[in-house]
Amino acid sequence: MSTATHKLLKGATGDWEVVIGMEIHAQVTSKSKLFSGASTAFGGEPNSQVSLVDAAMPGMLPVINEECVRQAVRTGLGLNAQINLRSVFDRKNYFYPDLPQGYQISQYKSPVVGEGEVIVDLDGGRSVSIGIERLHLEQDPGKMLHDRSPSLSYIDFNRCGVALMEIVSKPDIRDAEQAKAYVTKLRSIVRYLGTCDGDMEKGSLRADVNVSVRKPGAPLGTRCEIKNMNSITFIGQAIEYEARRQIEILEDGGQIEQETRRFDPSKGETRSMRSKEEAHDYRYFPDPDLLPLEFSQEFVDELKAELPELPDQKKTRFVADLGLSAYDASVLVAERESAVFYETVLDKLGNRARDGKMAANWVINELFGRLNKEGRDITGSPVSAEQLSGIIDLIGDGTISGKIAKDLFEIVWQEGGDPRALVESRGMKQVTDLSAIEKVVDDIIAANPDKAAQVKDKPQSLGWFVGQVMKASGGKANPQSVNDLLKSKLGV
Amino acid sequence: MTDLTSLTLAEARKGLADKTFTSLELTDAHLSAIEAARVLNAFVMETPEQARDMAKAVDEKIAKGDAGPLAGIPLGIKDLFATKGVRTTACSKILGNFVPTYESTITSQLWRDGAVMLGKLNNDEFAMGSANETSCFGPVGNPWRREGSNTTLVPGGSSGGSASAVAALLCMGATATDTGGSIRQPAAFTATVGIKPTYGRCSRWGIVAFASSLDQAGPIARSVRDAAMLLRSMAGHDPKDTTSVDIAVPDYEAAIGKSVKGMKIGIPKEYRLDGMPAEIEKLWSEGAAWLKAAGAELVEVSLPHTKYALPAYYIVAPAEASSNLARYDGVRYGLREQAKNITELYENTRAEGFGAEVRRRVMIGTYVLSAGYYDAYYLRAQKVRTLIKKDFEDCFAKGVDAILTPATPSAAFGIGEKGGADPVEMYLNDIFTVTVNMAGLPGIAVPAGKDAQGLPLGLQLIGRPFEEETLFSLGEVIEQAAGRFTPARWW
Repeated sequence: MSTATHKLLKGATGDWEVVIGMEIHAQVTSKSKLFSGASTAFGGEPNSQVSLVDAAMPGMLPVINEECVRQAVRTGLGLNAQINLRSVFDRKNYFYPDLPQGYQISQYKSPVVGEGEVIVDLDGGRSVSIGIERLHLEQDPGKMLHDRSPSLSYIDFNRCGVALMEIVSKPDIRDAEQAKAYVTKLRSIVRYLGTCDGDMEKGSLRADVNVSVRKPGAPLGTRCEIKNMNSITFIGQAIEYEARRQIEILEDGGQIEQETRRFDPSKGETRSMRSKEEAHDYRYFPDPDLLPLEFSQEFVDELKAELPELPDQKKTRFVADLGLSAYDASVLVAERESAVFYETVLDKLGNRARDGKMAANWVINELFGRLNKEGRDITGSPVSAEQLSGIIDLIGDGTISGKIAKDLFEIVWQEGGDPRALVESRGMKQVTDLSAIEKVVDDIIAANPDKAAQVKDKPQSLGWFVGQVMKASGGKANPQSVNDLLKSKLGV
Repeated sequence: MTDLTSLTLAEARKGLADKTFTSLELTDAHLSAIEAARVLNAFVMETPEQARDMAKAVDEKIAKGDAGPLAGIPLGIKDLFATKGVRTTACSKILGNFVPTYESTITSQLWRDGAVMLGKLNNDEFAMGSANETSCFGPVGNPWRREGSNTTLVPGGSSGGSASAVAALLCMGATATDTGGSIRQPAAFTATVGIKPTYGRCSRWGIVAFASSLDQAGPIARSVRDAAMLLRSMAGHDPKDTTSVDIAVPDYEAAIGKSVKGMKIGIPKEYRLDGMPAEIEKLWSEGAAWLKAAGAELVEVSLPHTKYALPAYYIVAPAEASSNLARYDGVRYGLREQAKNITELYENTRAEGFGAEVRRRVMIGTYVLSAGYYDAYYLRAQKVRTLIKKDFEDCFAKGVDAILTPATPSAAFGIGEKGGADPVEMYLNDIFTVTVNMAGLPGIAVPAGKDAQGLPLGLQLIGRPFEEETLFSLGEVIEQAAGRFTPARWW
């Protein structure tokens, strides 16, 4: 692992270093809510998925959903983090209409997951380690709807009580690029684990970003928290803006006030939401309705044993077993769906050891290139993993050349069909019959005596003959055979 | 026919089984008694139609020989228990006309076993009080009066309606809840039997919460046997309440009449308060003598942290209450006051909806949990709580089976007599009972005698966790020795 050198920002008084810590709220993938049996499905009619517990009716009590606990532990394991066999649910008290109980059940002093680490890949093969401070479980609040009436606000409690994992990083992030890469990596990990769908547009994954600036080596500056970011691009923009804003204030002799800010994507700027003085006193205390959350090491070990392969492990395996470059491997594993696609191609290959690396090139260059061009993602690929492996098999066993394969890929993309059958029916097979190729070679030499005579002095002009032969054979001649024949006939 | 309301629950069960009378007759007798006793203000909601329907249904079951252990027994339900389709308010204005769509676990178990609901009983607002004077429906009258006096006395609280109704023979038993003495103190003030079981013995699901780590439901009844019968139906594990404990419910009635010979009874020296009335001292000694006569062994024990219990309780309970009552915000159900914005909505609704005592405890609770005060108050109180618990554990570890104490420091007092200037004066009522909630132990209050003015006094027995049976056996010894007490009817 190479240590990343991060970006410093230039100011009038010299370089500034940005210090970033993140709190990521990841909605837990589970059928029912953290403390009630109500459904967590997205997009239901407002208030159609609300239990008596969610609505905080008098006398209702929370009961922990064990699947949510398993998901949190799985995520903790995926973050290489300490799993706490005993943790405590606390009440975070504040009044807001989207919070029926008047408190959010969260974990304050004793979270279910402690310290961990995430390795984040950056451009140019650099990578950086970002520390995880903790992960805890808590309830999502409901949703306020302010656009239904000019004078009233409505509330949809469907989301109310859905389990969230709050993943808190250490202040290890140093610039917008690292921040974006960190969120991307975390999103990838939870999606591999199946513990969160990572859908930022639906709000399944959102980030609070803490930003401060300092002169390199100086103590930490005062931070501002940018709330509720649900786009990786905006996170980058918000950090750039906020760091600049703070530097300007400091260089003008001002002070940073600790506050909560909001990012306005249309203006590309952050705006103050509330100052430290206006901050709530949440009066945390252990929730007396719930016993401490306790489980055994065996419970953790069982979950660990069932854990799917994570992106880092997959990448290492691709490099070691298939000889992929670290870069290609990281491109393939970045999204779970891409990795699944690539591995399906591998599984279907006739000769995985021979063609695995070629398959990686095809997935990355031909398939991803084409998908990007058309703005589609891997799940909507017109060429299936099976079809692509069919094409690669045909190249690998010498049935078609790489060049023909590209034509074949285009046909499969446009029309579909079985690659091998297409090669047969459309006569795209490579000609390996030496006598057939020899005839073409002889014809070309005979037609170009001047050029043939020159070859001995200018061996590089052999390429011209290769091109002519390939052209005459419609690209189907085996290039190696053509080369060998020409060399012997021309005496090079 | 004899007055059916004067029977104990056990006697009524026999009469119903023998078909001497029907549940409908028994229920009607109680409905008439309730109607005639409205001046006591024990019921805040009478449900005569529902009662008769339930009675008729259960009579059919009895005829078919398919009757549960409480078949046909008419009960009163404290208004803290959610009852499906029947207004449930915790006697607070803030719940307004709230009608639950659900039934509390405890009441649904009572109906499962054949009991009949007569209506909802008065209590202190959100169970906060020791005299039933904080109810939004007004105070409850104690059926007991001082000899030669017309002054209406309080029945104690918070389960004042339950105690008053049982003592006045308006229902054969009642549900109640106890956070710091709310079952045992009113039982002592009305010569009824009240047991607060071990924390976790009964489900809290569907009971309006006051202080979650202390709240526990139990019955108030006319005799120790009746209390045992009721608790058997009320107790049990409930997966909807994770603090309820999965331990089989014993046949508590089988403990009645069981020998107490050789049992070790602790007399805690710290409960001998300075300035304790001589009558209470005398009662305590008498109770100890009765148990000794029955073969129990008396030992002096020490519970050294007792004096810190009440102050610590008045930190822990309000802290939890301040959070538990946050849901009453005018947004989804209950009272909603007009307002220009959301903050005003909260302020106006809660100012109008909560009474003075509830507001006081919400303020105290909010304060002790605040940043900068948490460690000094809440955390410290929790440490005290651990020490109180340990006091009892040490005592039980020495072989003590139960601890005998007075139930209250005095007999019932007049409405408005206490706590007007200093709320602590009222809080001191719970001095003997709060330790039991802080330690999560079972405690029973049994009538044991009368004071010089003819008012009933009770003794408390505190047991080991989940050993309610011991309390029933010992309680019955006191009941046998002291006799049963019925107030002269003045209403």
